[in-house]
Amino acid sequence: MNSNYEIVVGLEVHAELSTETKIFCGCKNEFGAEVNTNVCPVCMGLPGTLPVLNEQVVEYAIKMGHAMNCTINGTTKHDRKNYFYPDLPKSYQISQFDIPLCENGYLDVLVGDEVKRIGVTRIHIEEDAGKLIHDDSLGGSLADYNRCGVPLIEIVSEPDIRSADEAKAYLDTIHTTLLYLGISDAKMQEGSVRCDVNVSVRPAGSTEFGTRVEMKNVNSFSAAHRAINYEAARQIKVLEEGGEIVQETRRWDDVKGVNVLLRSKEDAQDYRYFPDPDLLTFVVSDEKIAEIKASIPELPVAKTMRYMSEYKLSRADSELLALNKNTAAFFEAVIATGKCEPKSVSNWILGDIYKVLNERKCEITDLALTPANLAEMISLIEKKTISNAAGKTVLEVILDENKDPNEIVKEKGLAQVSDTGALNAIVEKVLANNEKAVTDFKNGKTNVVGFLVGQCMKESKGKGNPAMLKDMVVAAIEKM
Amino acid sequence: MDKLYSLTAAQMKDLLDRKEVTSVEITKSVIDRIEKTDGEIQAYTSYNFEQALQQAAAADEKRAKGETVGELAGIPVAVKDNMCTKNLRTTAGSKMLGNFVPPYNATVVEKLLADGAVIIGKTTMDEFAMGSSGENSAFQVARNPWDTTRVPGGSSSGSAATVAASQVPLALGSDTGGSIRQPACLTGIVGMKPTYGAVSRYGLIAYGSSLDQIGPMARTVDDTAMLFKAICGKDKMDATSKDYTYTPYGDSVKGMKLGLPKEYFGEGISAEVKERIYQAVEVLKAQGAEIVEVSLPSTDYALSAYYIIACAEASSNLGRYDGVKYGFTGSDRSSLENLYISSRSEGFGEEVQRRILLGTYVLSSGFYDAYYKKAKVLQKVIAKEFDDALKLCDAIITPLNPTTAFKIGEKSNDPVAMWAGDICTVTLNIAGLPGINVPCGFDSNNMPVGFQVLGRKFSESTLLTIAKCYENTVGGFAVKEF
Repeated sequence: MNSNYEIVVGLEVHAELSTETKIFCGCKNEFGAEVNTNVCPVCMGLPGTLPVLNEQVVEYAIKMGHAMNCTINGTTKHDRKNYFYPDLPKSYQISQFDIPLCENGYLDVLVGDEVKRIGVTRIHIEEDAGKLIHDDSLGGSLADYNRCGVPLIEIVSEPDIRSADEAKAYLDTIHTTLLYLGISDAKMQEGSVRCDVNVSVRPAGSTEFGTRVEMKNVNSFSAAHRAINYEAARQIKVLEEGGEIVQETRRWDDVKGVNVLLRSKEDAQDYRYFPDPDLLTFVVSDEKIAEIKASIPELPVAKTMRYMSEYKLSRADSELLALNKNTAAFFEAVIATGKCEPKSVSNWILGDIYKVLNERKCEITDLALTPANLAEMISLIEKKTISNAAGKTVLEVILDENKDPNEIVKEKGLAQVSDTGALNAIVEKVLANNEKAVTDFKNGKTNVVGFLVGQCMKESKGKGNPAMLKDMVVAAIEKM
Repeated sequence: MDKLYSLTAAQMKDLLDRKEVTSVEITKSVIDRIEKTDGEIQAYTSYNFEQALQQAAAADEKRAKGETVGELAGIPVAVKDNMCTKNLRTTAGSKMLGNFVPPYNATVVEKLLADGAVIIGKTTMDEFAMGSSGENSAFQVARNPWDTTRVPGGSSSGSAATVAASQVPLALGSDTGGSIRQPACLTGIVGMKPTYGAVSRYGLIAYGSSLDQIGPMARTVDDTAMLFKAICGKDKMDATSKDYTYTPYGDSVKGMKLGLPKEYFGEGISAEVKERIYQAVEVLKAQGAEIVEVSLPSTDYALSAYYIIACAEASSNLGRYDGVKYGFTGSDRSSLENLYISSRSEGFGEEVQRRILLGTYVLSSGFYDAYYKKAKVLQKVIAKEFDDALKLCDAIITPLNPTTAFKIGEKSNDPVAMWAGDICTVTLNIAGLPGINVPCGFDSNNMPVGFQVLGRKFSESTLLTIAKCYENTVGGFAVKEF
């Protein structure tokens, strides 16, 4: 990117909330049902029908507001956004115009090792529209109204984002936050999180914003990254060639990696917002708002920071652990036993256990593994009761069975042998069988000691204390 | 028994309870009456005779078995054609919905059916309830039984006409800016617009959502109250409906203070109408009411505020009629935009298009503050003035319509004159208050005159008490032999 320019990005993120029912009627809120089955006269907008607000939507949105450090407006007001399109059966969308449920917040995100604070202008609640299915073989389009009335929050950021990487970090953080709060499935592939991207560029050092261009149809976070870089480069090229940026809306084509003009500012629609007369203001008490706030768990970025400072873990490990709510809770539960070092716990979770989770495509909570058993297993290693290799054997069992690691060690005879007499016999046998290695060691190739210790471990069936064996191997050769 | 159709609902109930007649007999009499007279009155856009007879038989069966039945069990009721009736065509008087058959019942219809009422048919109305004469129906113009060359008023034109012509005792109307009270006045019957929120709007095809209210129309005060009692109350499907407990009414105005606002007796009101109303006030005074003068200074602005708010809401409410999903589809389907334009240009009548355009204009960016926002401020001012005035009295009496019923076609080319006639009625909708038309004699053309009693929110029983006292004192309201 041309370093004479600074990129300025603002994002509008739409997230579908995973409430049981839709926002203004009793229809089920679920993805993937057969076309036009989760519908009723209300969400189909039939003549005479009226909306009734689902209070769970308000509660979920307030959760997100708290997570993004917003001021909460306890009195909800709903406005109609009027426009014609076949996926919008009432010809207006019930949204919020001048008084959003949440406003003036911020979100801290990690970009590299830096914390970046992104301002959040507002979060409001609204209803989703239906879906058009375009099918040339039918000579037209079909409408599926299942999605009509699915509750959405729209999160509008301040133009505080300065690069595609920052945008990606912001979006990733919103994504994990939604999952942490349990208010959205946040599945990009199902369209439950979507975003509109506003991009402008300005000469480096300038304090005035350039003319912004809005991009629609950005369907994934990685697409957002590509779209921002493309659009910034396009604008810089226009400016470098002496041209001017025109305020307009462009459509991102992720397959071709380009965007095309959708509509210019002159064609902008007049949505004729006005208060929806069918919905009275709904008041959420200060007590309720406080109660919701108290229910907000520690969020991923805060966790990451804490893991780094409190447990001295690396940024990458901390973030990986914090990313998944279940994994983080499991990690913290193991630490809470006080039996083992955070670093070892992190290594086991992000190593052997992650491998299993990936293989089985499941969550840590889907395993029979308990924090207590993992803590006990790790502490046995730390106390040198068992070797690391024996630890893996124990893990294999406790992954799928809630069983005391001490019992497994006993049953399988995994306890480390630290008895000098027994180990001496093994060392003598191994040295006798590996004359070449002994000679190499004597000739200065001291790294063969690892091979010799490995042979001893094998001979001891993994039960020998490797540290003791190493000392004994070296001492024995030197005595030769 | 002869002329069962001409009985009041209370009389029908009495005979049914005493098992002197059956609902099937009543319903057959009503159907026969409608078949003989509706060619001239044109009160119905759809008949529901087959279903009605089944409903009547069901009510009879319940009574015969000695089961508890609702007050309206077995009594025929007509329903304005903007209230959704499951499996029964509901047109809202528009070509746009000429073939629309709802898959659900409006809450008021559900309540009537639960009470055992017999739904006899759907009544003619001004298209989407926009009109004051009934002439804006896409299908036919209902006639005023007192003079069939004259309009019955609107927009609940068919509901007023069918009750006034003694085709049925009861009808539901809807009132956004006088659409129950004004046709009741012009046809000499009782019609009440309840407090906003007293009756569920669920299933009422919306015109001006913050003003629309369903209410009863009948030939007597008792019948009006009976129908109101059956439909009022909180509905979980309508967030704007309120907890409402129906309270019985009396028949004495002794000691009541009745306010007369001078702004409602100005130049625009015909001398004959004023005279009849002053006479009616004298009647109430003689019954022990105290008359006080009150002032509602912003009355002149109410009409503008009403048309801005109602049209703004209508422009949004009627957007859904786009030719895509149900109802009328326009002739030009060459593109989505052309489909929209042709559907709405061909499907909506002139008055509806006029109001959609006006509403779209007042909500558009750059004009919102000057019109819609200002109208909302005025709405508060007007409501406050009513509140203050109603602290000085128990109810207020005004004329209901500046004139009596005019000839069909007389005003149809002058929309502004037509709108101006709504001056006495729209103020209530703006303020969300209840009001009732009470018939009070005739003008020199022998056309009915009515006065309006309006009161505080949820004071329907006070209004009914005043109306009942007047009705008793004058020996009942005249019924047109038709």
